[in-house]
Amino acid sequence: MLSENSVKEISELTSKYATKRSAIMPALSVVQREHGYVTEEGMRDVARILGVRPVLVFEVATFYTMYNKKPVGKYHIQVCTNIACSLLGAEHLMDFLSRRLGIKTKETTSDKKFTLSAVECLGSCGTAPMMQINDNYYENLTESKVEEILNGLR
Amino acid sequence: MFEPVLLKNINTPESYKIDTYIKNGGYEALKKALEMNPDSIIQTVKDSGLRGRGGAGFPTGLKWSFITKDPTIAKYLCCNADEGEPGTFKDRAIIEYDPHELIEGMAIACYAIGAANSYIYIRGEFALGAQRLEDAISEANAKGYLGKNILGSKFSLNMYVHRGAGAYICGEETALLESIEGRRALPRIKPPFPAQVGLFGKPTVINNVETLACVPHIINNGAAWFAAIGPAKSPGPKIYGISGNVNKPGLYELPMGTPLREIIYDHAGGMRAGKTLKAVIPGGVSAPMLIEPDLDIPMDFESLAAKGSMLGSGAIVVIDDSYCIVKAALRTHEFFHHESCGKCTPCREGLDWLVKVLRRVEGGEGEQGDIDLILKLCVDIFGRTFCPLGDGAVMALRGAINHFRNEFEYHVTHKRCMVGGR
Repeated sequence: MLSENSVKEISELTSKYATKRSAIMPALSVVQREHGYVTEEGMRDVARILGVRPVLVFEVATFYTMYNKKPVGKYHIQVCTNIACSLLGAEHLMDFLSRRLGIKTKETTSDKKFTLSAVECLGSCGTAPMMQINDNYYENLTESKVEEILNGLR
Repeated sequence: MFEPVLLKNINTPESYKIDTYIKNGGYEALKKALEMNPDSIIQTVKDSGLRGRGGAGFPTGLKWSFITKDPTIAKYLCCNADEGEPGTFKDRAIIEYDPHELIEGMAIACYAIGAANSYIYIRGEFALGAQRLEDAISEANAKGYLGKNILGSKFSLNMYVHRGAGAYICGEETALLESIEGRRALPRIKPPFPAQVGLFGKPTVINNVETLACVPHIINNGAAWFAAIGPAKSPGPKIYGISGNVNKPGLYELPMGTPLREIIYDHAGGMRAGKTLKAVIPGGVSAPMLIEPDLDIPMDFESLAAKGSMLGSGAIVVIDDSYCIVKAALRTHEFFHHESCGKCTPCREGLDWLVKVLRRVEGGEGEQGDIDLILKLCVDIFGRTFCPLGDGAVMALRGAINHFRNEFEYHVTHKRCMVGGR
């Protein structure tokens, strides 16, 4: 069950839109913030609060890549590997992170601290190569800069 | 020396705060606009020659004029801030460092078309940008630039941020509307166009961030000032984003029509020592590649279209001789494949097949006939998809093979790359 605050926040989201269904996406973000991913229970809660059929929530959650369908580590490291970042060594960065963390892409470290993902363009092409950790962008990366960033994460 | 217009504030400390914006002349255009007739604002934007900066280049004033003037019908403005095509990073700068420039442009646009509600659809990954916009909207509401009876006028406007969640297709205008309505972002068939049936079934204008950011400057400085910048058919300032193998990647605001060579060599510092330019993607990865002899081309809608490429978002990706074109084609094609929404068969199945063939060619397992197969698949996909995503993927791929067929053939024949020796 979602917390009282999350239920209230989702209910209030509907005032922004002409239909309650429009609040599904921001509501899923609320679920993810509380549980770390979009749990089935959380999706059912969203459907109940918004008064829509659960399938309408499920179909949105499964379409958009930013809704995690399973748990991720405390720090979700997403490395852009598209063309602008690739031209400046994104693959080397991925290899370095993979070695450094001891995991492959899409895996989570055994202490549940880090999940590593390769992602499509993150809109930071002028400062390539780059990665996103949770909500933060880290740009113009080198191996030593990545090392420093990882060491700063507790 | 061209003085930046759209990016002039972004290096100011706390440029994203409303007090900084007002100190630099912000919201004067909104005051001026509210004293004008909405029709005369639309006419001013038409006269300026402003064309959409999201990629399609449709005349902005004309788009606004399609909206019904019936005051009993609700209308909407949606700002497309779902910036996500590889190479493109210009809107993020406006959103993060000058959000009030966008908000002011949106408020003027809403007044012109008679919209009382507006949405900024921002790509979900831009967490800082979304927060800056939320904060800026709150500031604008508190100062009376948004909300009820703006600056004592009869005009009222609500503005909301809607966060996407990692789907490039949301940059397609009808998919964006589906997404705000709480659905999977599958493009709608057109017609009807959003100007007739848009958000929540009501007339809707959808404009890109950079387009809307031009509006306050057009109102402040006049249509003639804007029209005098750059070529007659594609006027105005343009933010070019340059990335890849140049010495100084970044954003450069220049007059529309600035030659590509000047952007790469004079502004972006040219090629890295010992490297030569191999190819340039001139307008986001949908735009077919250009090569060195093409570099004197003016970067505007007409010139690039005449060359068989496109300006798109003005996102320039420079590739030097150390990078494999087959790999570049594969990486960009994997993007389109990953981002295809799956609604229509040619895009869903065609891009999947193409990516499989490209992967085996790039990986040294290509078969004789694969390049012709790729080109045949391109014919089968082009022009047969619901939205431009499939077309964009195909145009880019055809462009790469057109210029660098020898590299593709080398991969097939020698089972390795002619660049890296792999």
